[in-house]
Amino acid sequence: MSASALTISGVDKFYGPIDRGVHAVKSLTMEIGKGEIVALLGSSGCGKTSTLRMIAGFEEVSRGAIAVAGRQVHTLPPVKRNVAMAFEGYSLYPPLTVRENMAFALKAARLPRSEVDAKVASIAKLLEIEDILERYPSSISGGQQQRASLGRALIREADLHLLDEPMGQLEPQLRAVLRGRIKHFIKERGLTAILVTHDQTEANALADRIAVMEGGVLQQFDTPDRIKERPANLFTGTFVGEPPMNVFEAFVGTAAGRINLRLPDGLSLDYDKDAFSAPVRDQMLSRERVVIGIRPYAVRRSKEGVPATVSANQWLGDQTHIAADFAGGSLVLVEHDRTRLDLGAPINVSIDPKNLHVFDQASGKAISHGMELA
Amino acid sequence: MEHTSLLERILRGAALTLVVIFFMFPIVWIFMMSFQTNETILRIPPQLIFEPTLANYTALITGKLMTAAGTLDIAFMRNLWNSVFLSVTSVAVSLLLGVPAAYAFARHKFRGSEDIAFTLLSFKFAPALLVLLPLTLYFQKLGLANTYIGLIWVYQLICLPLILWIVRGYFEDIPADIEYAYRIGGHSWFATFRKIALPLAGPGIAAAGLLAFIFAWNNFVFALVLASADKQPVTVGALAFITSSGIQYGQISAAIVLSITPTLALALYAQRYLVEGLSLGAVKG
Repeated sequence: MSASALTISGVDKFYGPIDRGVHAVKSLTMEIGKGEIVALLGSSGCGKTSTLRMIAGFEEVSRGAIAVAGRQVHTLPPVKRNVAMAFEGYSLYPPLTVRENMAFALKAARLPRSEVDAKVASIAKLLEIEDILERYPSSISGGQQQRASLGRALIREADLHLLDEPMGQLEPQLRAVLRGRIKHFIKERGLTAILVTHDQTEANALADRIAVMEGGVLQQFDTPDRIKERPANLFTGTFVGEPPMNVFEAFVGTAAGRINLRLPDGLSLDYDKDAFSAPVRDQMLSRERVVIGIRPYAVRRSKEGVPATVSANQWLGDQTHIAADFAGGSLVLVEHDRTRLDLGAPINVSIDPKNLHVFDQASGKAISHGMELA
Repeated sequence: MEHTSLLERILRGAALTLVVIFFMFPIVWIFMMSFQTNETILRIPPQLIFEPTLANYTALITGKLMTAAGTLDIAFMRNLWNSVFLSVTSVAVSLLLGVPAAYAFARHKFRGSEDIAFTLLSFKFAPALLVLLPLTLYFQKLGLANTYIGLIWVYQLICLPLILWIVRGYFEDIPADIEYAYRIGGHSWFATFRKIALPLAGPGIAAAGLLAFIFAWNNFVFALVLASADKQPVTVGALAFITSSGIQYGQISAAIVLSITPTLALALYAQRYLVEGLSLGAVKG
């Protein structure tokens, strides 16, 4: 993380007239170091692809500035930005073979023939497309086209590699293998890559840092671990993680030296007040209502816990997902063994305060994660 | 399709034959007339068997028309050349202007772009006669009346909207990302237009060009009003066969055969592109 590979400062994107059109990206600011892999993660229409296309130069920046490797580029045409891109729709040139497609940019850069051939061969091996190099895009499958398109981007030596849903069309097994190889390839060569995806597994596996976006706003930009353990707000908390975080509204109160979180249906989670640090306690008690979040992996079945009723029980082959009616909503818990629980069976659940995420009810901002303040 | 019964195939064949006869009849009849003299043509009842003569073609090519009233000079070969020159040049100019414009309309949505494109199309709505009177007056003032440049200019009314709208549909069919991929690979905007967009829209451009050529070739009224004999195409030139001593059916037929030959040959040659161009352009436009 030495020099900066990409700096986005206060970028807005409007489709249509500025301040009146559709506000797709809202004052986005982020900095990506050289050699980093960053994933832009979000649901459809969250502004991640708009961001990528502004970096590449296919969309105008309505406001703000973008610098690649220290150069201001947001007013330059794409050709002068020195970035490579793999497109979601592959966008291979139909009249050229896969080999020619991949070698195209290198030929434009006037590299010697032998060097081009060697590079194509090594990338083709990496992506397992050696056998289709002489074929035309129209005669190969979507997954093969996607790999060819990815190859066309990775083969270049650019300041920045932009990958838009680079593995969406691949079979799961191949995807898992390629993820590892591509990460190794990028790291080995010290490339900087930005990857747009809505697949959190892919983001977690490939990226050093993940930028979670929603509604055109950057929600959190952090390492995968920290995003999981310390979600900055309710959106990140519920969006990242599979199955998603359980969320309940709670009234905060104290009784007999204990802190209780009163849930709907007359249920209540009681904790010793020392379960939270003093600042966390102050923050919680200063609010009447909060939203609590618990990861499904952190919910335990126990003898004394709060009652719930099983509403679904799924064995996924390596873990059990149990859904239960709880506090006027649904609570999902994950267990690693096969659990025999019939529908309607009463269970009791307990939640360790260490695993409790507390969010502000109005703003959705995180207040605390376990013992610590957010 | 291979499981059709014999009866079905026979019926289908018969239906196709009927259609072909219906549509080909005028052309075949004209073709036969072009080898007959006026006397055999006007004989009642008409006869299918006659003694073919090349006199009509000779008259057209030499430019000397023998009538009962004497010898008449006709400029048919000149007209034919005018048709070729006017149509080819008009289509060339239209392609030069229309293809980049179509690309702009397809790729860049700017304020008023739809309105401009629609205005260009609306030239095809107005009856030509409506435009002609003011145009004639202006052309006389500007000194463009009876010039090739003036005619080619007016022919843009026929060719330009056609090319613009068909080619635009083709450009819109090309995924923009292919062009972006080329541009980000280190090529300018213009190189992308030339190397990616143009070749991919090639069949569409060819079809539009052919159609525009046929429409330009068949135009009658613009040239009738705006040009005099030496600049007129065959469509207008054929009027010369209505002489004081009667209508020269034989020569007219020969002239028609000669004048439809180029367009017919073109259309047959590029049939596939034409159908594709028409249907795609229509659906996409």
